[in-house]
Amino acid sequence: MSDGAQFSLEDDATGGFRLVLSGPYLVSTIGGLNQQLRAIADPVSVIDLSQVTAIDTVGAWSACSLAARHGASIEGADERSQRLLDAVQMRDSSGDIQRKEAPFWQRIPSHVGGLTRNLLLGIAGVVGFLGQIILAAGTLIRHPGRFRGKALIRQLELVGVSALPIVGLMSFLIGIVIAQQGAVQLAQFGAETLTVNLVGRITLRELGVLMTAIMVAGRSGSAFAAQIGTMRLTEEVDAMRTIGISPIEALVMPRILASVLMMPLLGFYSAVVAIVGGAVIGDLALGVPFWTFLERIKDVVPVHDLWVGLIKAPVFGLIIGLAGCYQGMQVKGDSEQVGKRTTEAVVSAIFMVIVVDAFFAVFFTEIGWG
Amino acid sequence: MQQDDFPVRISGLVNRFGDQTVHDDLTLDVRKGEILGVVGGSGTGKSVLMRSIIGLQRPVAGQIEVFGNSITDAEPDEEIGVRCRWGVLFQGGALFSTLTVGENVQVPLKQFYPELGRELLREIAQYKVMLSGLPADATSKYPAELSGGMKKRAGLARALALDPELLFLDEPTAGLDPIGAAKFDQLTKELKETLGLTVFLITHDLDTLYEICDRVAVLADKKVIAVGTIPELLATDHPWIQDYFTGPRGRAAQAAQARESKRAMSSNSRAMDKPAGKGA
Repeated sequence: MSDGAQFSLEDDATGGFRLVLSGPYLVSTIGGLNQQLRAIADPVSVIDLSQVTAIDTVGAWSACSLAARHGASIEGADERSQRLLDAVQMRDSSGDIQRKEAPFWQRIPSHVGGLTRNLLLGIAGVVGFLGQIILAAGTLIRHPGRFRGKALIRQLELVGVSALPIVGLMSFLIGIVIAQQGAVQLAQFGAETLTVNLVGRITLRELGVLMTAIMVAGRSGSAFAAQIGTMRLTEEVDAMRTIGISPIEALVMPRILASVLMMPLLGFYSAVVAIVGGAVIGDLALGVPFWTFLERIKDVVPVHDLWVGLIKAPVFGLIIGLAGCYQGMQVKGDSEQVGKRTTEAVVSAIFMVIVVDAFFAVFFTEIGWG
Repeated sequence: MQQDDFPVRISGLVNRFGDQTVHDDLTLDVRKGEILGVVGGSGTGKSVLMRSIIGLQRPVAGQIEVFGNSITDAEPDEEIGVRCRWGVLFQGGALFSTLTVGENVQVPLKQFYPELGRELLREIAQYKVMLSGLPADATSKYPAELSGGMKKRAGLARALALDPELLFLDEPTAGLDPIGAAKFDQLTKELKETLGLTVFLITHDLDTLYEICDRVAVLADKKVIAVGTIPELLATDHPWIQDYFTGPRGRAAQAAQARESKRAMSSNSRAMDKPAGKGA
């Protein structure tokens, strides 16, 4: 410790102590010493800096705060130390670095209350947003010239066409899994032939559209939120408004229309690919020839199963587009918000899709499309 | 530490992006204890120069030494013992948005000196923030709650966290109102004098150049075409330098500086060293 910072206490015979600091008092050397300095209980009347070899603001600050605590005077400061002492003294350091947090028994209820309030405000916000979109749709119908065809086509491509490979692969694998697992279970009742019914009906009615909705929410809903959110941060949205372009018309409408239009197509495509997947596994593992499997689908799947899927799909598309664009438009402040809102968009879209799907299931059964 | 009368030495620097050469055989030395202003037209690579010095931009060729340690030979994140000796203020402040201002200041302290106690860290952050001219209650605010000028000051507080010897400022007064900019200039000068800093200052602000810079380096034609005090630069006949300092804005800043020095002449002998402005 010979070259480190040190201190010694000398009794100066007047009832006080003389604190002699020596060595370098720098941010790099003061670490452990500071605790000891703070722990000095004896009354210090003079702090002697004459043996300090190097000093920076941290060292000066330590000397200053020590002097203030003991009511001591500082001696032996050279010109540089004096400048630093002048710079750091008179600075009140009582403030807090962190935000004050309430105790947890207050935090939890306030957190729950905040969430509830946000939920209610969020519902009101989404309904209001939907209203804005309907208004914008009305305006666009009256002034078709303002419709952004190019933007719509671009979004159709992004939401629909470029999703084809991943949706196809996913559906194919799901078709395989349903057929294979279904066949194993149905074999216990000697009803393997019903595998065709299982695959055909479940993909057209439920899984095709539902899995596609989840995929689109993850691919496009998140992209909507992140794109629009980033544009909010860079004030592009504000710039649009000042030029007289409605962001709802220019940004939101093409995206929502794209997801509403593309969902039925993707959903149908997904169901078809899943059936093909089922047929492949039927051919390979169950001994049902590929074409026979497809022939049987026509006989065992009622046509209203197709309608069930196709009716649900645009509703899911609307939910996904709405959630993505709404969350994107809510971004303000910093870049952290973009991530948070994007997550929120995907989670709320998937959740709402599943809730609405449950309602549809009951509804269609009730009207006899069971 | 006597050997580094030049905390930053750059020689033969070449920076290239694709086909576009930004710097070609650029040479520049920064003297200890000076405020070096770096000027140049947009796109002449002022920021790229700064990024090269602080090791964020790998140059194609050339040597850069900071405190006698080569930056160019080191890996981007290698520990080379100079990162705790410099502070950098980026253009937008570059504060960590999830941390309060005080926590931002603590980040470099915790990184380099984990042995510092919590209480001391808190106090250091607090006085650094106030040293940068922010009110005490700004310490617990998040960057999103600060104005542009306050963000710059908070960024400065973080740059000063480790008591650096070398301070890089990238357009510190851009986007500030004239009063705020003048205050920031004054703060830079005060800090330089109090803490004995060497300051590398990129700026477009002619007032800053006249007010606080000891020397000015001019970047043009992919090189530093001239380094010197403003009168020395005015004596050269490079067209860009002439345009820059004797254009309408240059003249206005010159006139302001002349008025300032006249007023300060009696009380402050330092003003004598400054260019008094010629015929403005």
